[in-house]
Amino acid sequence: MSAPLLEVDDLHIRFSTRRGMVEAVRGVSLHLAPGETLGVVGESGSGKSVTAYAVTHLLDRASEITAGSIRFRGRDITRAGRHELRELRGSAMSMIFQNPRGALNPIRTVGAQIADVLRAHNRLSSSEARARALDLLRAVLIRDPQGNLEAYPHELSGGMCQRVMIAMAIACEPALMIADEPTTGLDVTTQKTVMDLLARITAERGMAMILITHDLGLAAQYCRRVAVMEQGKVVEQGEAVQLFQAPVHPYTRRLIAASPTRDSTVADLVEGDSPPPPVRRPRAPGTPLLLEVQGLRKDYARTRAVDNVSFTLEPGESLGLVGESGSGKSTISRLICRLIDQSAGEIIFDGQSISGTPARDFHRAPQRRDIQIVFQDPTDSLNPRFSAFDSIAHPLRRLDRLPSEAALRARVEECAERCGLPQDLLDRFPHQLSGGQKARVGIARAIATRPRLLVLDEPTAALDVSVQAVILKLLDDLRREEGLGYLFVSHDLNVVRMMCERTIVLRVGRIVEQGPSAALFAAPQATYTRELLAAIPHFDPEAMRETA
Amino acid sequence: MSGTLRHVGWVLRGNPVTAAAAVGASLLLFIAFFAPWLAPYDPIASNVPIALQPPSAAHWAGTDQLGRDVFSRILYGTRVDLAIAFSAVSLSFVIGAVVGSFCGYVGGTLDRVVGRLVDVLMAFPLFVLAMALVAALGNSIENIIIATAFINLPFYIRFARAEVNVRRNLGWVEAARASGDSDISVVLRFLLPNILPAMAVQISLNLGWAILNAAGLSFIGLGITPPTAEWGIMVAEGARFITSGHWWLVAFPGLALMLAVLCFNLLGDGLRDILDPRMRT
Repeated sequence: MSAPLLEVDDLHIRFSTRRGMVEAVRGVSLHLAPGETLGVVGESGSGKSVTAYAVTHLLDRASEITAGSIRFRGRDITRAGRHELRELRGSAMSMIFQNPRGALNPIRTVGAQIADVLRAHNRLSSSEARARALDLLRAVLIRDPQGNLEAYPHELSGGMCQRVMIAMAIACEPALMIADEPTTGLDVTTQKTVMDLLARITAERGMAMILITHDLGLAAQYCRRVAVMEQGKVVEQGEAVQLFQAPVHPYTRRLIAASPTRDSTVADLVEGDSPPPPVRRPRAPGTPLLLEVQGLRKDYARTRAVDNVSFTLEPGESLGLVGESGSGKSTISRLICRLIDQSAGEIIFDGQSISGTPARDFHRAPQRRDIQIVFQDPTDSLNPRFSAFDSIAHPLRRLDRLPSEAALRARVEECAERCGLPQDLLDRFPHQLSGGQKARVGIARAIATRPRLLVLDEPTAALDVSVQAVILKLLDDLRREEGLGYLFVSHDLNVVRMMCERTIVLRVGRIVEQGPSAALFAAPQATYTRELLAAIPHFDPEAMRETA
Repeated sequence: MSGTLRHVGWVLRGNPVTAAAAVGASLLLFIAFFAPWLAPYDPIASNVPIALQPPSAAHWAGTDQLGRDVFSRILYGTRVDLAIAFSAVSLSFVIGAVVGSFCGYVGGTLDRVVGRLVDVLMAFPLFVLAMALVAALGNSIENIIIATAFINLPFYIRFARAEVNVRRNLGWVEAARASGDSDISVVLRFLLPNILPAMAVQISLNLGWAILNAAGLSFIGLGITPPTAEWGIMVAEGARFITSGHWWLVAFPGLALMLAVLCFNLLGDGLRDILDPRMRT
């Protein structure tokens, strides 16, 4: 084995907060050979990003390395000075971040920004820098590199912006590239192209890469070695294939179990009792469908977000809407909830047309309490000035005339209990709750008025996998026990496959394919569905053995 | 409640400047309320034999051309200036926040029309506009308040509009609508309370400015008339004597004005930290 490129030894990092000192990293040791790829996986708060920031000296002032060392090519850089750092950054190691558009300067052209990086480390004339920038854009496979040299970040898609970031990161041919959640927030197909590109470029140039991610599949697919972090410690590290086939540490096992795969079921994700069998009774003849959507269309100023979408939903059925960004799935969920008005088409709920009532007046409609929604970001969806109790009680106060304050409290507590939210958390404000707890409050609020249709708009997209597993289980149980109809909107195909009996695949506002989930995922008919399915990163032992 | 106090304590400990400003502002309020008990002399009664005496043990800030105690007049002046500033700022805050919030939430034609009106208003030199308003409406304290409130209004409308605009598509706003809230109730019960922390900063900065504005108007002879004790009038009257070396007639009311404006300006930042629930962990 060659001399290691990077050695992190027993690293401790402390943050000073108003609650006192917090140890974010507690003894992390990692090593990386030249040209090697290492995946660092962990959930939020595991210290994976903090470790990377320490290596690149990007920690903010509230944090401090209290013990341990970081050696790069044998040289101790733990407390490197400014001068030394300037030399290191860019030319020896570089970093790419989540949210590429935010990391680019919005008022300068892409070409100028790449040239800046080049000229910061090399003596180049502006025309030389420009020529090199063009080469780099070609290397990251941006279409029309000549033209896009003059483009501003807002003119490029998220995937293209990340390619520009990669171009900037490789501009000075560093030996080490650190990618911090580089594809979080990108569509699966875009994720695949960006990751494939990253893997190829690092391999071609002999660069070592640290991929920091919450997605086990991504780490398994693109890294030779993987380190699993939990609460500031590396609990397990090893060859990716071995680690995922035979995890040793209980946390790794739990994490792997909680990650949805091609054939897992909701019950597989969490340890414990098996779920009750599906008990949905067929609809009695003569009773109406729960929801019937006909020719739904929504136009915005320049685009048609939803185009001629029709589907039906049986009482107690769960229907999945999947698609990438811009597919119109969120617009459909808001149309069904009557939060926005449709441009054309009809929505029939329980035999009655509800699309005639304008969205602004729908709060008075009798169906308001029957159609509720769970939002994507649990933090965003709770009023920061409402306690958990108030958040859950709010729809009851508005839509249910409960006889007394005691009855209200009883109902709120019942809903909280249904959603696994301990009573003593009800007085807390959103910022005092964890992501999973906030998600539970959001669900409790949505079921408070005992609705018949629940629209779930990416309910777990902002959650860690282990929390997602628990929330999915909760939602699945709720549906079966309460006989709720679900319209489940998600970009995550595995989640939709587990949660929904039927699935609709959307692309730019149109239905590409629909059918029973099992059949659709086993044998997709449309090319687009097949591409989507192929783009999902996976760590199935079988598949990995094939590629190894 | 004790949690709130602890939070306030925490913010002030980390921010000595804010703490000093808070002490200063409370002192000003205290003086405004209790001026009759605190002032050693009658602010209006003239006593010509002791006119134009420099600061002494008996008259801390000296006496003016009619022999009135300058220190007592400053204490009474606090009352008038703070009352005008607080009324004017409350008025513009209430109207501006509501109008601005609806503009930001509804958007469209309403937003465009109000936005252009605000632009027109801000194209005027605001102090001259206030002068014109008082001259047109009549020379009274009420009209000074109305004029000061009016010229402050554009800032509140713009501010509330911008703050609401970034929040109107957040999940909890949509959730409120799904919970059966009408648009009006979403704005008044959800959005307005959430933009309060940001607006508190604006209010505090504005208070200092409104004090300056009220004093400025009376300095040029609008609104409050002598012999009322008010900082602007005191400076205006004292200015005639400054060339003859009677500096205390101008210096002390001027100093009071400066300190008051400084206190409220410095308070702004601290207030934001206190009112923001996210800071309260």
